[in-house]
Amino acid sequence: MTVPVLEIQGVSKRFGTNLANDDISITLAKGEIVALLGENGAGKTTLMSVLFGHYMPDAGRILIDGMELPQGKPRAAIRAGVGMVHQHFSLASNLTVLENVMTGTEKLWSWRSGTSAARKKLLAISERFGLKVDPDARLGDLSVGEQQRVEILKALYNDARILILDEPTAVLTNIEAEKLFTTLKEMARQGLSLIFISHKLDEVMTAADRIIVLRSGKVVAERRASETSKAELAELMVGRRVTRPVREPSAPGTVALEAADITVKINGVERLKSISFRLREGEILGIIGVSGNGQAALAHLLSGTLSRTSGTLLLFGEPIGNLGVADVVSADIGRIPEDRNEEGVIGEMAIWENAVLERISSPAFSRSGLVNRKAGIAFAKEIIGQFDVRGGSPASRARLLSGGNMQKLILGRNLHQRPRILIAAQPARGLDEGAVAAVHARLLEARRQGTAILLISEDLDEVIALADRIQAIVGGRLSPPVEAEVAEARRLGLMMAGEWHEAWKADHAI
Amino acid sequence: MRFERREHRPLYLLIVAPVLAVIAALALSGILIAIAGAPVLDAYWRILTGAFGSRLSATETLTRATPLMLTGLAAAVAFRARLWNIGAEGQFYLGAIAVAAASAKVLGDLPAPILIPLLLLVGAIAGMVLILIPLWLRLRFSVDEVVTSLLMNFVALLFVSMLIDGVLKDPLAFGWPQSQSISDHAMLPKLIARSRLHIGLVIAVALAVIVHLMQSRTVFGLQSRAAGLNPSGAVFAGVPLGKTLMKVACLSGGLAGLAGAIEVMGVKGYVTTDLSPGFGYAGIVVAMLANLNPLGVVLAAIFTATMFVGADGMSRGLGIPTYIADVTVALSLLTMLIALFFTQYRIRR
Amino acid sequence: MTLLFDIIASVGLWGAVLRIATPLIFGTLGALLCERAGVLNLGIEGIMTFGAMIGWLSVYHGADLWTGLLVAAIAGGVFGLLHSGLTVTLGLSQHVAGLGVTLFASSFSYYVFRLIVPTAGTPPTIVPFQPIAIPGLSTLPFIGPAFFTQTAPTYLAILIALMMAYILFRTPLGLAIRMTGENPHAAEAQGVNPMKVRYGAVIAGSALMGMGGAFLTLSAFNSFFPTMIQGRGWICIALVVFSSWRPGRALFGALLFAFFDAFQLRLQTVVEGVPYQMFLMTPYILSIVALAVMARRARVPQALMRPYRRGER
Repeated sequence: MTVPVLEIQGVSKRFGTNLANDDISITLAKGEIVALLGENGAGKTTLMSVLFGHYMPDAGRILIDGMELPQGKPRAAIRAGVGMVHQHFSLASNLTVLENVMTGTEKLWSWRSGTSAARKKLLAISERFGLKVDPDARLGDLSVGEQQRVEILKALYNDARILILDEPTAVLTNIEAEKLFTTLKEMARQGLSLIFISHKLDEVMTAADRIIVLRSGKVVAERRASETSKAELAELMVGRRVTRPVREPSAPGTVALEAADITVKINGVERLKSISFRLREGEILGIIGVSGNGQAALAHLLSGTLSRTSGTLLLFGEPIGNLGVADVVSADIGRIPEDRNEEGVIGEMAIWENAVLERISSPAFSRSGLVNRKAGIAFAKEIIGQFDVRGGSPASRARLLSGGNMQKLILGRNLHQRPRILIAAQPARGLDEGAVAAVHARLLEARRQGTAILLISEDLDEVIALADRIQAIVGGRLSPPVEAEVAEARRLGLMMAGEWHEAWKADHAI
Repeated sequence: MRFERREHRPLYLLIVAPVLAVIAALALSGILIAIAGAPVLDAYWRILTGAFGSRLSATETLTRATPLMLTGLAAAVAFRARLWNIGAEGQFYLGAIAVAAASAKVLGDLPAPILIPLLLLVGAIAGMVLILIPLWLRLRFSVDEVVTSLLMNFVALLFVSMLIDGVLKDPLAFGWPQSQSISDHAMLPKLIARSRLHIGLVIAVALAVIVHLMQSRTVFGLQSRAAGLNPSGAVFAGVPLGKTLMKVACLSGGLAGLAGAIEVMGVKGYVTTDLSPGFGYAGIVVAMLANLNPLGVVLAAIFTATMFVGADGMSRGLGIPTYIADVTVALSLLTMLIALFFTQYRIRR
Repeated sequence: MTLLFDIIASVGLWGAVLRIATPLIFGTLGALLCERAGVLNLGIEGIMTFGAMIGWLSVYHGADLWTGLLVAAIAGGVFGLLHSGLTVTLGLSQHVAGLGVTLFASSFSYYVFRLIVPTAGTPPTIVPFQPIAIPGLSTLPFIGPAFFTQTAPTYLAILIALMMAYILFRTPLGLAIRMTGENPHAAEAQGVNPMKVRYGAVIAGSALMGMGGAFLTLSAFNSFFPTMIQGRGWICIALVVFSSWRPGRALFGALLFAFFDAFQLRLQTVVEGVPYQMFLMTPYILSIVALAVMARRARVPQALMRPYRRGER
């Protein structure tokens, strides 16, 4: 047998008390595509960061073509032919494509950058693998898909023979993702070796030759794609059958929130283009779409932190003006923000302060400008008890909570008051399977109690499981709704690509 | 070697940190004193006795500490909300000149019980007006307020210089640029007879307590802290960011303006362009040494004043330039920053 | 109107423009270099003060003028090392650390100065740099005496501006610096060490600030006195924003600013009835206006004021 291109031997990495990688060994052959499958927190990204020299492993070693790679040196990894495509792109938006690609590729102390030679090389590579880009475009002006191409080109420019892609489809539409996998297969055919990290069973099955399943920092299984099934992989990945709660049929009530022809402009750019929807009591309306298509503007508009440029908004049939956060909160509209750490909590403040901050002016928590600390702490205690928030007391800083517990705190402060409407943006993003189930259960419970829920999510499975009706958001436009019962993945895929007329046709052709 | 964030911040570190920082700063300045050829311990002993050795020197130190408490509070409230008001020096001067102008031109004839509070208010308002310019530029054009508030200091000082050289010039000052003196009955009452110590000290300490209560107990305090720690989180929670910053700015500028007013009404009686030996800038150090805690500001201001007053006497005795006090104070800012860092991080190998 | 024209048409004004601009060019380029790597250096005011003092002191103690300039640059670099230790290694607030460096550097300058020159009164003087007439060019009418009979450090400042433009935009090192200021994580991922780049840029930038200060005592004046920097450092920070972080525009900005300053100085002597303080205020107000106009338009280095810690996002 030939020497594998890449061999990871017994790598362990510990953060504090958390063993992120536990004696992991993996091999990769030339021309092979391996998928590293695992949940969030399974240790995939840590392992790749060790491989790429961002972290020093506590034990183990890495061999490339049988030669040991020095640890903790990204430059050595690059030189050995390892290229990394990060999930959050490592690019500078103020620099050009060529500059992004060229950084660090030349001797630092030389008199001139070899710009023209570099441009030639870049164009040659982009030709060879069909990755078209304009070398002189400013990176910030490119679409997300194009930026990912630059990220891949950057690795190839450094003569990478081993390419590592961290959740490469997280930011792509289904169609872009399909295109990406075609490119990856072409690369493998030309002799490159690829590892891609994923938690999506579908793409792992279609794109990889071999699948390595990681759970709690350990390799738990290795399968050929042809010899396994989605069901088996799912069980291996989670380790137990976690049953996400399932939606029961319900009878939606009156229309709680209605948007008609709403347009939102930020700095002259239309983020939402004449969108319309109706949200009824006791139902979940799912908004699917690839991130960056206007979800943030929609969530902020309904959360009271953004004003609309035109259009009407009806709250229980009453037309309303632009709402501020205080109005939204006092109208019993709960809000779960997209970014827990940025908007959901103020990490350096106490849990109780985070619990009451949004209604601090209400008589329950303050009187004539003086904060009622006791009431705040009591409220926080109730949330901690009712919503099972672990890892903190009312007085400890919110930053110390894990993602799941932070989300429970946010859910708690919103659902405790039985809101009439709930705006939930990516409520389960980045949580482990147990926490996801808890969040879903809470949302369904609120639905049972008659809350009208707008669920904005990129996770198709989540929306299919929870939503009664589904609309897609693409480029700031909102598709017409489809009933969850008739929505299957292919049709939703078309909707998310903005082809909702195609989606209708497909529907009628059947 | 790398730094790792502490999960829990032990409480004792918050008390130990400033003490260690001051000791480190004194040790470093000690090296400078030694290089200059003077006995280090003797020098520090002279500083201590110079500042607290007699009744007179002790009152002098507290007199010096009074404006430092107010400028320190000004910096502390602003920094807490991540509003980088470095313009306390200019606000101090504007507060001072506003008092001189109001007393000389408009209000001077009012009886003291009305005049004194009114003049203090005038001084505070003048400070507020000055800080609103950098704040407006930040909110409207997103200009970093550090540089603008710094530049405003120079504008304010030239403005004061212009007034005391022109409309407010004291004709009896033999041609020196000096403002007309404020009315005698506008002077703040003395706290201790036969000293310069005035009631301003009480005002400053009371304000420190009030600011402390405001920050820890009021909605405004909670909201301004939120705005400083995480602006987008604060906005999401409904904190009116612009309004909160405006209030914080007014409080900060008002305190600095008040410092100027009190210095004129308590000590000098008139305004010159050397009224402040850098009270505004020293206020930044005071605030940092206190870790932005309003009550800590009182202690930090007394420490800083001790250095300044004590260094005068020590300088005369040992021939060490009085600037050693400024060096020590500046160094203690740097050592305090480092000490604060280690309350949040630990070293891991 | 003819009065204004007379001022603008005078050789003296244009000669003064370059002289006034020189310390600003040094300072602005220094601050620009730091900021391109992602570090705001508010130590500038103090570093310029120290450069002015130590440059003067070296020459006063018998060093030649170029050695004085070099000493100022080295001293500036040492303060740069201090600032990068605080902001790069420890990742402290760049605002507060910079102010700390300024307070320390300026009080330390005064301390050393008073130690050497204990008595007040008129400060001792040195023989400063003398103007050099560039052969050929200096004999041109008007332009010659205005632009080509400056002291050597002025020519050096302009040369450094051009060099910095070249280095930032035409060499691998410059690209590494810019990438570090935009996205240090990306720089690290491509094998550039952002910590080293930041240290280097801050030290080199601070050295330039030191030289800017030294120009004042070694060329513009011939002695040192406290508070002589007069907010020039802060003006440089404003000029960096005005220049959109480009060395060529920084040079232009410093010259434009110096033109207004020189113009206002001459206007003072001829216009009556307006207090001189009004004129002296104009540079500061001008800087504030420039900031307000440019702040939104400028393309700020994305990682400016963001500490970089390995493995932390």
